[in-house]
Amino acid sequence: MTLSEAEKTFILHGVQENFRIDGRNRDDYRPMELETSIITHAFGSARLRLANTDVVVTVKVEIDVPFPDRPLEGKMEFFIDCSANATPDFEGRGGENLATEISNTLTAAYSSNSVFDYTKLCILKGRKCWKIYVDILILECGGNLYDAISIAVKAALWNTSIPLVKSVTIDGNNVDMNVSENLSDCIKLDISAAPLMVTLCKIGDHCVVDPTSAEEQCSQGAIVVAISKGKFSTVFQTGGGSLHPLTLMEKLKLGAKVGNRLEEALSEALSKIKENGEMGFLN
Amino acid sequence: MPSNIQIRLATDRVNYTIALNQRIPKIYTPGEVITKQNEFMRGHGTYEENGDLKASVAGVKEEINKLISIRPLKCRYNGETGDVVIGRITEVQQKRWKVDTNSRLDSILLLSSVNLPGGELRRRSAEDEHMMRKYLQEGDLISAEVQNVFSDGSLSLHTRSLKYGKLSQGVLVKVSPTLIKRSKTRFHNLPVGANIILGNNGYIWISPIMNVEESSVGGFVQNLEEVISKPERETISRLRNCIQALAQCKMMLYDTSVLYAYEESLKYDVKELLIPEAIVDLGILTQERISMLTSG
Repeated sequence: MTLSEAEKTFILHGVQENFRIDGRNRDDYRPMELETSIITHAFGSARLRLANTDVVVTVKVEIDVPFPDRPLEGKMEFFIDCSANATPDFEGRGGENLATEISNTLTAAYSSNSVFDYTKLCILKGRKCWKIYVDILILECGGNLYDAISIAVKAALWNTSIPLVKSVTIDGNNVDMNVSENLSDCIKLDISAAPLMVTLCKIGDHCVVDPTSAEEQCSQGAIVVAISKGKFSTVFQTGGGSLHPLTLMEKLKLGAKVGNRLEEALSEALSKIKENGEMGFLN
Repeated sequence: MPSNIQIRLATDRVNYTIALNQRIPKIYTPGEVITKQNEFMRGHGTYEENGDLKASVAGVKEEINKLISIRPLKCRYNGETGDVVIGRITEVQQKRWKVDTNSRLDSILLLSSVNLPGGELRRRSAEDEHMMRKYLQEGDLISAEVQNVFSDGSLSLHTRSLKYGKLSQGVLVKVSPTLIKRSKTRFHNLPVGANIILGNNGYIWISPIMNVEESSVGGFVQNLEEVISKPERETISRLRNCIQALAQCKMMLYDTSVLYAYEESLKYDVKELLIPEAIVDLGILTQERISMLTSG
C-alpha cells in the first residue's frame, strides 16, 4: 500500500499537532487484546491483537547440549513466520528480510542473563539443558510489529511450563533423565525482567509510538528499544534516515518511559489471567 | 488517564452484536444445505449438489419468491455502472491507469476518460501520454464513477465531471461494501464541518471543507501547504472513529447514521472511541435514534 502525498501531509501535520488521525496523542497505544494458552499441545502460547496486528506465539522446549563455552546455560531460539496472509508484501520471499531482522533483534534483546536467567534451563552441567524454541506467526499486519511481538513473546514465556526433571543418572556416556509424570509438576519461567520492545517512529520532527501502517509509511526511520526493568537491553534502528545525537537521547528517554508503562499494563493483564480457569473467548 | 495503555484479556471480549430484541438471522456456512427441496431457483452464492441447494459463501439467506440467494457477510466490491467509487492508483500504463477499488480485479481509468486541465474537448496528444504521471501517480486517491463493467467483472472508470478527480488532504476509511447504504447522493457536506464521500466500494473519504475556488479547479491539484486546523482535524478524526465503530457493529452507513453517531459520540474523547465498550455504546445509541426516526 502506498499513500498519496496529500494523505502523508495530513498525517504529518497531525503528528506535529500531537493529534493523530485516530485521535491519539503521540505516546498513546491502541487497545490490545491478549489471550494465553490457546494452543494446548504447546508448552506455552499467547496471541496478541493490537488493532489490526495479530500475532500468535508458541513455545516449545526440547533437550539439547549446552554451548561448550556456557556449560551452565540453556538456549533460546526465535523463529518468525511472516505468512502472506498478513500482508501481500510478504508473498514469496517478501517477508524473509523482516523475519530475520525481527528474530535478530529478539535474540539480541534476550541475550543477557540479567534479562532472562538461562542457568535455570541447565539440567546437567555441560551435558544437558533445555532449549526453548519461540515460534512467532504473524497473522495480520497493521503496523507496530515489534511491540506486538515482544508483548506476545513475553506473555507466551509467562505461560510456559517446563516439565520437572526429578533425577539424572549418568551411565558412562549416557545420561538418563527421569521426568516427573505428574503433569502439574512443572517449572514456570521467571519473566519479570524479559524485555518489551517499543518502536519510536520518527515522523517529521517528532516521534510517535504504536504507529499504524499508514503512519509507518510516512516515517523516515524508526528506533526500536527493548526495555527490561527500566534498562535498555538492545537498541536498533530500522529504515533510512539519520538522527541527531540530541534527538536520539530524547527518543531513548521517551522509549524507556513508554516501556515501563507497557510493562505495567502487561503485568496487570497477566495477573488477571486465572490459573487453569476458562480460556479463550468461547467461554 | 494514569495509564494510556490498555491490554485486555480475550475472556473479557466485548460482544459487538447490538441487535435490540431483533432476531439474529441464521448465518450459512459454505457447503451448508439450504434446502433439500428442488422447487427453488439457484441465486447468487449458492450451488446445487446431489439435488440439494447449498451455500457457496458465508452469509445470510435472502428469499425472493422462488429465488434463494446467500448474501455474503464479507465480500469484494461488485461494480455497477453509475456507482461512485474511491480508488487508489496502483500502476501507470500506456494511456491508462490501474486503480485499486476493492474489487476482485484492478479497475482501469483511461486517459481519454479524465478531464485534463485546459478545456474539456481536447484531443489527447502524445505529450499528454508522457505527462500521465504528472496528473496521477501511484498511490494517489481519486473519486470516480463506474463507466462500464467488463465481462470479467473488472471496471472502467471515468472522472469526466468536476466533482470527481484527485483527492487532497483527508482520511480514507475502508469498510465492507455491503455496509454502504445505496442512495442517490454520495457526496455529503456534513453540517459538523467536513465533507464525506461514501464510495459504493466501501472506501469512505473524509476531508475538510474546501474553499470554493480550490474545488472549482477540479482534477489534479493538491494543496500540500495548507495546514488543517486542530478543530477541523478533531472533527475528521471523530468522524473516522465513528464510521469505524458503526462498521464494527455492522450498521449501515449513510449520512444520517454517520451524523447521529457523531452527535452521540460527543460525550467521549476522540481517542476513547477506539475502546470496545465505547464502540458498542455508540452503536446502541445510534441504533436507538435511527429506530426512533423510523417509528415516529
